[in-house]
Amino acid sequence: MHHSTRSSAWRRVASVAVAGAVAAAALVGCSSSGTGSDSGSSASDVTATLKKGGTITYWTWTPAAKAQVAAFEKAYPKVHVKLVNAGTNTTEYTKLQNAVKAGKGAPDVAQVEYYALSQFALSDSLVDLKQFGFDSLKKDYSTGPWGNVNVQGALVGLPQDSGPMAMFYNKTEFEKYGISVPTTWDEYVAAAKKLHAANPDAYITADSGDPGFATSMIWQAGGHPFTVDGTKVTINLQDEGTKKFTSVWNELVQNKLLSQTPGWTDDWYKALGNGDIATMITGAWFPGILESSVKDGSGQWAVAPIPTYDGKAANAENGGSAEVVMKQSKNQALAAGFLQWLNDSKKSVSIFINAGGGFPSTTADQNSSAFLNQAPEYFNGQKINKVLVSGAKDVVSGWQYLPYEVYANSIFSDTVGQAYSNATSLDPALKNWQKQLVTYGNQQGFTVKGK
Amino acid sequence: MIGLALFVIAPIVYALYLSVFRSQLVGGTTFVGLENYLTLFGDAKFWDSFLRVLLFLVVQVPIMLVLSLVAALALDSMRLHGAGFFRIAIFLPYAVPGVVAALIWGFIYGDQFGLTGAVNDAFGWHLAPLSSSWILGSIGNIVTWEFMGYNMLIFYSALRVVSPDLYEAAELDGAGAFRQITSIKIPALRGSMVIAVIFSIIGSFQLFNEPNLLQTLAPNAIGSYFTPNMYAYNLSFAGQQFNYSATVAIVMGVITAVISYIVQVRGTRAENL
Repeated sequence: MHHSTRSSAWRRVASVAVAGAVAAAALVGCSSSGTGSDSGSSASDVTATLKKGGTITYWTWTPAAKAQVAAFEKAYPKVHVKLVNAGTNTTEYTKLQNAVKAGKGAPDVAQVEYYALSQFALSDSLVDLKQFGFDSLKKDYSTGPWGNVNVQGALVGLPQDSGPMAMFYNKTEFEKYGISVPTTWDEYVAAAKKLHAANPDAYITADSGDPGFATSMIWQAGGHPFTVDGTKVTINLQDEGTKKFTSVWNELVQNKLLSQTPGWTDDWYKALGNGDIATMITGAWFPGILESSVKDGSGQWAVAPIPTYDGKAANAENGGSAEVVMKQSKNQALAAGFLQWLNDSKKSVSIFINAGGGFPSTTADQNSSAFLNQAPEYFNGQKINKVLVSGAKDVVSGWQYLPYEVYANSIFSDTVGQAYSNATSLDPALKNWQKQLVTYGNQQGFTVKGK
Repeated sequence: MIGLALFVIAPIVYALYLSVFRSQLVGGTTFVGLENYLTLFGDAKFWDSFLRVLLFLVVQVPIMLVLSLVAALALDSMRLHGAGFFRIAIFLPYAVPGVVAALIWGFIYGDQFGLTGAVNDAFGWHLAPLSSSWILGSIGNIVTWEFMGYNMLIFYSALRVVSPDLYEAAELDGAGAFRQITSIKIPALRGSMVIAVIFSIIGSFQLFNEPNLLQTLAPNAIGSYFTPNMYAYNLSFAGQQFNYSATVAIVMGVITAVISYIVQVRGTRAENL
């Protein structure tokens, strides 16, 4: 018998019930959204409230948060920030979503990744920061993250970090097999073939089906598979950009040229260290992961711009978070003041870079000579930030995520993941994903059309 | 009584209440009557997960119970040296928390740097316990390892209460060890076997911990609806579909209760024959 399975099942039933209770409470309290006491405040109020003081709650899983909050409280001694780690990404979103439904219990300021922003914007739970004049901060940020925090005409947050993509590659492995560093995707496929033929244990990269990666790649190829206008959604996972991506990637999938080691597992870290995974096409936050978790790879890795389709530079974002002000906040002006300091002040961003190893979204910090001239030993002294910052300038604008991207990602392995496992074309799998996303969206009250 | 009402009946009533509504991300909550149930009966994902645990039940449970039975009989035979050690050794995995067990086995199953990888390298094999075709068997292996000792203990304690007089009489009648097993021990075990089978049915239908933890290692082999419980979990936590999730939980509960009841009635009837 499976005793432990059984008791934990009960705990789950209980937590579903609790979550449901919260949902039921929302029935009673659904008219209470937007009860923030000062929704009519402006930029001058923000400065005034910071001086006046008060208490706010901040949910985040950013490693540098503690140091940032300490520095903030030193600068504004009358403001007290309650720092809460409510779990990493989806764990936090579940709690946040429940609080939104319940009409109470949400923090004043919360960390939300870019891909999940529109889900919260949709339920009208985020403050439009334009009322505090924050749209004037546009000039401070690079285009990719700024585009991400602007959801359907509202400014729903301020960018924290950003993840302009780049190609991280194992230089030692490339030199060992005489492979030149690819600059186009055709060269990348050729490199994949050459490497795997030379060493059957080695793969150009590991990808067993990652929704964040796939959407970023479609973004880089100029695709716009998701078009969102209010609650009207159009999904086309066979548009020109998507097909451009699959025409390259299918060749790797169908010829079994991708390592199927799932990301973030022990095997994956080991393979990154011993050359079995030769490149990673991913966000600018990746050096932090390599340096902290792949010690064996020190001195082997280097960074190059992401390969292009036609030699014309184009890039996308992968990962990254914003901080938002929740409508439930009783003191939105104060929360906004904290947020502005957190993500737009030199002091805070420098803590974020140095204590947390993050990649900033503010152009001033990206372009500061101290940042550009960092030459980490791990990368053999290469000035990697020069490559990464230059990549941030090429991010294609106009990308939109689904207003239910969190769910969409959760069923990616059921559909597209199967094509990876079976080494078949990604196109029918993407269509299958699209079909399920259309069904789900319509069930949830959106008007979703699949093209 | 109050405790019963609060902790047993109230959640069930609440789940029933949830299952007749639908709440949407856009448009709020509406009463839908039995619509969720009708959707469920035509939901290929649900039946796919149900058939998977049914297959698991039909294959894994008999294997586990036969192994437990053999172990219990061996212990009871008094011919084993170090019986106490065996008893503890077989029971020990049950004391390992399910989460830890799944992590240990995840390492063993790793076909690159795990134990399986080492075995593959040494013998030139291509074992892939975490691939789609093997994953259910691999999970069955973990569950057997975890719960064999527990079931063995149920059987063993039932054997201990058999009166020694019976064995004495059997020996006088010239019955050998094997005859004693089939004529005395197995019949004595019938009641506890029914209990073990019912518990195992419940356990199989509620399979969750092991696949959910192995999912990070085998994301494409273990989908979001690998078992009914995982389906219910993902519906509510990734999809915000609490109402439909409650429907899944209720239907699975009813199916489990019906099958357990049939087993119990059949089991006790056979006893009376």
